[in-house]
Amino acid sequence: MDIHEYQAKELLSGFNVAVPPGGVAYSPEQAVYVATELGGWHWAVKAQIHAGGRGKAGGVKLCRTYQEVTTAAKEMLGATLVTHQTGPAGKVVHRLYVEKAEAFVRQLYLGLVLDRKVERIRVIASAEGGMEIEEIARSRPQSIRQELIDPAVGLQSFQARELAFGMGLNIKQVSQAVTTIMGCYRAFRDLDATMVEINPLVVTKDNRVLALDAKMSFDDNAMFRRPKVTEMRDAAEEDPREAQAAEFGLNYVGLSGDIGCIINGAGLAMATMDMIKHAGGEPANFLDVGGGASPERVAAAFNLVLSDRNVKAILVNIFAGINRCDWVAQGVVQAAKNLRVPLVVRLAGTNVDEGRRIVRDCGLPIIQADTLAEAAHKAVAVARGGEVR
Amino acid sequence: MSILIDATTPVILQGFTGDKATFHAKEMIAYGTQVVGGVTPGKGGQTHLDRPVFNTVKDAVRATGAEASLAFVPPPYAADALMEAADAGLRLVCIITDGIPSQDMMRVKRYLRRYPKERRTTIVGPNCAGIISAGKAMLGIMPSNIYIRGNVGVVSRSGTLGYEAGAQMKALGIGITTSVGIGGDPINGSSFLDHLMLFEQDPETKVVVMIGEIGGPQESEAAQWVKENMTKPVVGYVAGLTAPKGRRMGHAGAIISAEGDTAAEKAQIMKSYGLMVAPSAAELGSTVAQALAKAGVGP
Repeated sequence: MDIHEYQAKELLSGFNVAVPPGGVAYSPEQAVYVATELGGWHWAVKAQIHAGGRGKAGGVKLCRTYQEVTTAAKEMLGATLVTHQTGPAGKVVHRLYVEKAEAFVRQLYLGLVLDRKVERIRVIASAEGGMEIEEIARSRPQSIRQELIDPAVGLQSFQARELAFGMGLNIKQVSQAVTTIMGCYRAFRDLDATMVEINPLVVTKDNRVLALDAKMSFDDNAMFRRPKVTEMRDAAEEDPREAQAAEFGLNYVGLSGDIGCIINGAGLAMATMDMIKHAGGEPANFLDVGGGASPERVAAAFNLVLSDRNVKAILVNIFAGINRCDWVAQGVVQAAKNLRVPLVVRLAGTNVDEGRRIVRDCGLPIIQADTLAEAAHKAVAVARGGEVR
Repeated sequence: MSILIDATTPVILQGFTGDKATFHAKEMIAYGTQVVGGVTPGKGGQTHLDRPVFNTVKDAVRATGAEASLAFVPPPYAADALMEAADAGLRLVCIITDGIPSQDMMRVKRYLRRYPKERRTTIVGPNCAGIISAGKAMLGIMPSNIYIRGNVGVVSRSGTLGYEAGAQMKALGIGITTSVGIGGDPINGSSFLDHLMLFEQDPETKVVVMIGEIGGPQESEAAQWVKENMTKPVVGYVAGLTAPKGRRMGHAGAIISAEGDTAAEKAQIMKSYGLMVAPSAAELGSTVAQALAKAGVGP
């Protein structure tokens, strides 16, 4: 789960990470009101979307007058921002963050990630900030310092100090940077984050160390114990079909092809999609119905897949373990009434003969397949308007 | 032979009296697994499926001599259950539970290192289908009838894709020694590499199949180890060629977020280390048959 910059800053400031003062705004009037409340002469108006690269896409404007704040807010709200992280469709801006602009003399980088390879939290710091970490790693690899955190004892001050000195900070700045690094780590640990990124972390003219931008992602599996983070979920940032899928305990990812997929198990789902591609077709989605494919869940899966107007055929591939094939077949037959596209069904595993009999005898024009390969080839053929029996 | 479990391994279930655990315990018993009891805190002293229930894993081990456990514990309590099993000295714990926080697994893995290597617990899973040694014992939730006894070792992230491989092999008359599901989470109790090492040492296993997916460095690391250390042919497959970058494909660990994470890259790495890569999931069985022929052994 991702959150907005302003939410990440709110959380991190609770862990003693210093951030510039700012406020969220949903309209140009609110944006100006926030600016007047903040005082000063310079404000940054920042589009709040769940994607990086906003600056280059026109999603961050420096304003010197209230009029400029109004203009920037009007331009951004409702506009679609396309950055290298949003994909070609872009993301619509619904919220702004108005922040007191800070003049800085240095930009640094600070990131924490859950490193799968070493099974530790890894802290990455660099004396170079303001560009993406991949770019820093390419152009200035010698500027990068890293520390691994032992989960038994947590991040130690000396590690944070080494990173801070490694960023080339002076003694006045180092203690603030240590506070920031320790704060980011505690937030990561206590809120079950998977990523915290401060880019840039800046040093101001008067030696203050501030998080100018902040990004946080969280472990979906841990949200049962993080209600405060869950409240920050922004439904507008999520694909409505994926959100609907989650309500039924389904996993759905929309893609651009025309063969709808309903499969049990994530690995088999990916393999079936690959098989469709192999057979010359394109999958319209990833959909894992999971264990316990009840008729309600199967019906919800069909509705989801069919809500994509590009879908020209549906492929159901169930390898039943706990889910018995006969039970799944009943759900499929129920859901397949009044279907607008051809349906290919492949059942395997527990009670497969009974499952196939139910599908065969239901009186609907459902095409059955014995194997994965046969199912994929038949689905590709019918999606192209071919006849298959 | 087989790896991890056989017909004599005494097994308990953690979360024994729950509906799912009860269902699968019955299946395991019917398959011939030595289920000697189970643990449900607060129900110690009761009997379930004609077997004793204990309050703690230590009690169960003391009374039954259990060596392995199958854990059906909900995500908030799963890490605790795994550490309890490790502390009680179980050799093997298989955890089916899906949805365990990554940082919990990180702490569990760190906790295991408190114990010397000789008595350190092997964890299989989480978010997996379990382990089956064909014709001997089952510590998991798979449909047991899709496997026949043979000489191929299977290690897979995905449960259902592991079933697919088992069924394709059975259709060709090819059987397995043991099939292990390591699970779809970013941090697994044990890795491809851990089980490849066991299969390498198992005299009955002649060929190994490794079924991976997008995300993480495990498949590539294991492939490199195969090249450098393994004497048996290994068949590889990686699911997720059509997966877009940055999207989580069901499994918490199935996400392309770094270089080397894509299915194409991993398959390429496997090939470069000398693995026989199945061109598609539909050809898992036939590729294994080729590998057996190449190794000069029948199914």
